[in-house]
Amino acid sequence: MLQRALIAFSILLACATVTDPAVAAIAYVSNEKGNTITVIDLDKMEAVATVPVGERPRGIALSHDKKQLYICTSDADHIEVLDLDSLKVVQILPSGPDPEQFVVSRDGSKLYVANEDNNFVTVLDLAQGVAGGEIPVGVEPEGMAISPDDKILINTSETTNMAHFIDTGSYQVVDSVLVDSRPRYAEFSPDGKTVWVSSEIGGTVNVIDVATRKILNKIEFAIQGVRSDTIQPVGIKITPDGKTAFVALGPANRVAVIDVASHEVQDYLLVGQRVWQMAFTPDAKLLLSTNGESNDISVIDVADRKVLKSIPVGELPWGVAIR
Amino acid sequence: MNHGDLPFGRFVGILAAGIAVLILGPDPTRATAAETAALQVPIVYLGEAIPEPPPLSLVEPVAPDKGVAGAKLAIGDNNTTGQFLHQNFELIEKIIPAGGDLKAAAAEIAGAGQKLIVADLTAPRLTELADIPEMKDAIILNVRAEDDALRASDCRANVFHVIPSRAMKADALGQWLVSKKWMRWVLIYGTNDPDRAFADAIRRTAKRYRAEIVEERAYEFKAGSRRTDTGEQQVREQMTQLTQRLPDYDVLVVADESEVFGDYLPYRSWDPRPVTGTQGLVPTSWHRSQEQWGGTQLQRRFTRAFDRWMLERDYAAWEAVRTIGEAVTRTSSTDPAALRKYITSDSFELAAFKGKPLSFRKWDQQLRQPILLATPLMLVSVSPQEGFLHERTPLDTLGHDEPDSTCRLNP
Repeated sequence: MLQRALIAFSILLACATVTDPAVAAIAYVSNEKGNTITVIDLDKMEAVATVPVGERPRGIALSHDKKQLYICTSDADHIEVLDLDSLKVVQILPSGPDPEQFVVSRDGSKLYVANEDNNFVTVLDLAQGVAGGEIPVGVEPEGMAISPDDKILINTSETTNMAHFIDTGSYQVVDSVLVDSRPRYAEFSPDGKTVWVSSEIGGTVNVIDVATRKILNKIEFAIQGVRSDTIQPVGIKITPDGKTAFVALGPANRVAVIDVASHEVQDYLLVGQRVWQMAFTPDAKLLLSTNGESNDISVIDVADRKVLKSIPVGELPWGVAIR
Repeated sequence: MNHGDLPFGRFVGILAAGIAVLILGPDPTRATAAETAALQVPIVYLGEAIPEPPPLSLVEPVAPDKGVAGAKLAIGDNNTTGQFLHQNFELIEKIIPAGGDLKAAAAEIAGAGQKLIVADLTAPRLTELADIPEMKDAIILNVRAEDDALRASDCRANVFHVIPSRAMKADALGQWLVSKKWMRWVLIYGTNDPDRAFADAIRRTAKRYRAEIVEERAYEFKAGSRRTDTGEQQVREQMTQLTQRLPDYDVLVVADESEVFGDYLPYRSWDPRPVTGTQGLVPTSWHRSQEQWGGTQLQRRFTRAFDRWMLERDYAAWEAVRTIGEAVTRTSSTDPAALRKYITSDSFELAAFKGKPLSFRKWDQQLRQPILLATPLMLVSVSPQEGFLHERTPLDTLGHDEPDSTCRLNP
């Protein structure tokens, strides 16, 4: 009952504040410990609603039409679909055990889910709402990325330390590239020519050439006054123009700014504690980072490379998606 | 446990495949190419069937496969990785009888060309094994013996220590007590050799961190049956007597590796004081409550496979087999010399659910790793604590550092 009342109240709040969705970008943040999604109005730069969801929400992603939010509720062992107009969970999708990260295919028809617990990537047919296949990968599958042409799916396995290249036509692993320890996240460059993989324990970002599957470079990080073993790269985002990459450095509490052409680290932006995942606003002018330990998000001005503001959210913010 | 789960299904599949091979024999046209292409990596798990006392508490599981279960899990992890690299890891269990012939076992292992050994042995037996000539170029990974001497005067070039030393554990605990400003300790120790050895480590730590051991008491406890109908009252009075008339102190540190009385101390002491050491708040390299840094995955994989929680020796064996896995994966070699070179190099890093890369200290080949501090049901903290700094890595604030070690391997 209380949960329903809360949702109803949240909807009221959301409706009251989100008057013109065409103008206001809305951010959704999953709170891993709070079991909620925080809704943030980026015009007002404040949280406008908190939606209770299933246990341990981590990876989140918008549907193709941006009307729904897919939520990996890891401890509930499924994916919840949140309708973004009503802020109600309208569907539960099977995902295999302990889903943590996933990626929506570019055509919006499929969800590729990493199941940390059983060394599989699950393919979910979104139209049917059923799991359509399992692809065996390495130990503890984690990071997921899809190439711009929808043909190559990348999965990183944390204990195997590989980036697996999966052909989306055959669902076969066609190649596996050994990277530095505990690869957490993968991101394609907008031209699809490289894929960037963060190694949390290795402390590096491995840039892989997609055509040859060779590692072009291992980007290292060094911050004055910060112990090297606290530099743990996790989330990666590359600007749509393909020029600048941002890398969240976990307990180093910094986001690194990298020139994509030269792979040179140009700046470190101080954000909240244990910075984890990031997302751009649709116009790519702002970048949001989730800061797990400080229970807030940082709003970064992409052009100026400045942190504009931090906005309090729920407990242990993990993922972020913006529409 | 749900037997419809995948691992069981897969196991049945493997079994069926195995039976098919037995009946039909290997298919000469297909199997050989794959077999010759795959790099075979046999790892021996060498143990000795010494009877171990069951845990004092009836709540704790008795685990006859303590250690080897972790090695089995890691072999599975190595093979999941290996399938993408044509590497096949195999665990060969060799448990000799208590007091059995270690030389003969070593000769047999060496004769089969097996050079990678996970040793679940006590300190004297480990040294005996390391000194057998056939073992000279082997890689022996110690997952059991915590003796500090093995990392100092008795160190051996062919032995790597995966399990933390007593000094590392005592320092981990000491850092926590110092950070809490609980500086006055009472040390109560059992009278068996391992108990005295842990007490020595505590004394070293107290000196290092300028804590004061205000009084020491040795306690000889006759271990009886684990299960008695009316033992509770007797135990209560024994523990109260043991701890009465002590000078003012902050915390009881117990050294009872034999696990015969330490768990009786909490709440039964004369003064109301927390209990720490080998019981109460314990320093350990693994604990069932450890779910930080992705630890959940390892805990779940283990529990699903073995129907109990992962114990410290299981974790050490998992780390040992993963160390070999990591070295073989990165070097594409099974040559012990090549693997040793990689493991002792700056490139080696093991991700083991501790939030930091683990590596081996060059001078004594001890795996440097964060140490957990836990009560029976909860993780309390992880050492090194904030503010304990070291020029190389804070992990080297735990245990014998290079300048105070007499061991000089890999100069």
